[in-house]
Amino acid sequence: MNKSEYKNVFVFAEQRNGEIQGVAFELLGKARDLAKDLQEEVYAILLGGNDVEKKAQSLIAYGADKVIVASCPFLKDYTTEAYSQAITQIVNTYKPSVILLGATVIGRDLGPRLSARLTTGLTADCTRLEISEEKELLMTRPAFGGNLMATIVCSDHRPQMSTVRPGVMKSMDMDETRQGVIEKIKIDFDESKFKVKIIETVKEQTSMVDITEAKVLLCGGRGIGTGQGFENLKDLAQLMNAEVAASRAIVDAGLIGHERQVGQTGKTVRPDLYIGFGISGAIQHMAGMEESEFIVAINKDRYAPIMQMADLGIVGDVRQIIPALTQRLKSIKK
Amino acid sequence: MKIVVCIKQVPDTTEVKLDPVTGTLIREGVPSIMNPDDKGGLELALELKDKYNAEVTVITMGPMQAEAVLREAFAMGADKAILLSDRKFAGADTLATSNALAGAIRTLEYDLVITGRQAIDGDTAQVGPQIAEHLDLPQVSYLQNLKYDGKKTFTIKKATEDGYQIVEVDSPCLVTVLASANEARYMSVRGIVEAFDKPVEVMGADKIQVDESKLGLKGSPTKVKKAFTKGVKSAGQVYEVDTEEAVGIIISKLKEKFII
Repeated sequence: MNKSEYKNVFVFAEQRNGEIQGVAFELLGKARDLAKDLQEEVYAILLGGNDVEKKAQSLIAYGADKVIVASCPFLKDYTTEAYSQAITQIVNTYKPSVILLGATVIGRDLGPRLSARLTTGLTADCTRLEISEEKELLMTRPAFGGNLMATIVCSDHRPQMSTVRPGVMKSMDMDETRQGVIEKIKIDFDESKFKVKIIETVKEQTSMVDITEAKVLLCGGRGIGTGQGFENLKDLAQLMNAEVAASRAIVDAGLIGHERQVGQTGKTVRPDLYIGFGISGAIQHMAGMEESEFIVAINKDRYAPIMQMADLGIVGDVRQIIPALTQRLKSIKK
Repeated sequence: MKIVVCIKQVPDTTEVKLDPVTGTLIREGVPSIMNPDDKGGLELALELKDKYNAEVTVITMGPMQAEAVLREAFAMGADKAILLSDRKFAGADTLATSNALAGAIRTLEYDLVITGRQAIDGDTAQVGPQIAEHLDLPQVSYLQNLKYDGKKTFTIKKATEDGYQIVEVDSPCLVTVLASANEARYMSVRGIVEAFDKPVEVMGADKIQVDESKLGLKGSPTKVKKAFTKGVKSAGQVYEVDTEEAVGIIISKLKEKFII
């Protein structure tokens, strides 16, 4: 492979129901930094139904220099095969050096399929992306266990691909005066490969809460205990106009839905105030909250990992502190 | 129907502890378990075995110790087990792993290939879709529920960010399963007894038709350039006080931050 043929930083601009997802704008913000260091341009890939082109301008406003649009009924709703074929053709035509995808359900379905089809590397859930002196993409992600981070490179294959969770990167401010080029491409589909048929797509109301928008987040972990413990935390949250969130252990125990899970397999949050109740701070959890403005940790264990990250640490039993705190707040409000 | 289920032995992350001084992982004494999403995948296969008399083959790649996870699968009800083990597989990233697994699956007959959505020691969710690509199979990821018409067609409920999707696909295909899709069965007493007598087939790189340049470290496009301990930001203040005083400290901080 002649690596020098591969140029420019591409962002897969995921749309659902014709709406471009926020993570696409966040990735464009990061892509601008990378493109600047590479002295290359930022391209967005926009796939969708016949009217998707009208969304292209917003991608330019958020940092794309060029938007490659493929619009066609096959691309209206995401399917693995149609999207893989489209992006493979785009990669073979434009030869990007970098492709960034959101680590969404769609991005995590599409990314690995593409990496296998293109025979290149894919690094999942990156928390930091930068360009090395050798002009390589350095992809940093939490490695399993401990507070270990790993920086991954994909030296001999192109494009260098990585996924990033929503909320990890910051989008630039929208600039409607930015100029860019919109380029349409026609995809030559092999329809014989379309084997998965969508019967029905259902949106569920229950998952509408978006903890990534919360200013104050009360996050419950294993130490909170089962049963009443989490209910008490909800009461406290209501009193403080805060949202509740939880670690994986609590979600796995079925005490709260996955849409409120913070961490590598949940959501990445950056509230003004994060309070962890009985959270020990597994790396997977901390990857999802370390950017919080101010972190309070309440835990029985003085040496829990989260204590090293907390701006304020309280050593104590959350099962006593939550009711006491609720009581005190109620009396203050009176 | 013939089903192949890919499973992985992983450290039980809920048992992992950090050394309070060095901040590094304490590996000693951490038990290994069957990856939860994979267990959900195995349960799905065993339910199809119960209903349609499917034959279930489990396959794992890892060191010889990974045999334990295959014995557990036997005890739950799997029929055959393959351990992909060879130094040539070592150091594989997700793509090289998927090359090896796909190579092994190619030597088998299958109507359905099942993987877990992701493993708890890496959370990448890549190997399933990559195997599907190598085998030229349609994939359905994030499976919550599967219905089979007894002939050829699967109707699958898959999770999405804000709800779910119902899709239809014919065999052969590959699905990646969520642990929450079902309640995995326990090993049966009879299963445990029989598990030790059932043969585990060990496959090395010479048994699969995959070019060695696609396996292990050599076949991995991604490489770890460096691993480092996370720079901890200067720790804040930690108070070890009684409940009343703790509440007082928190309240004053909330006031300072204009939360209350």
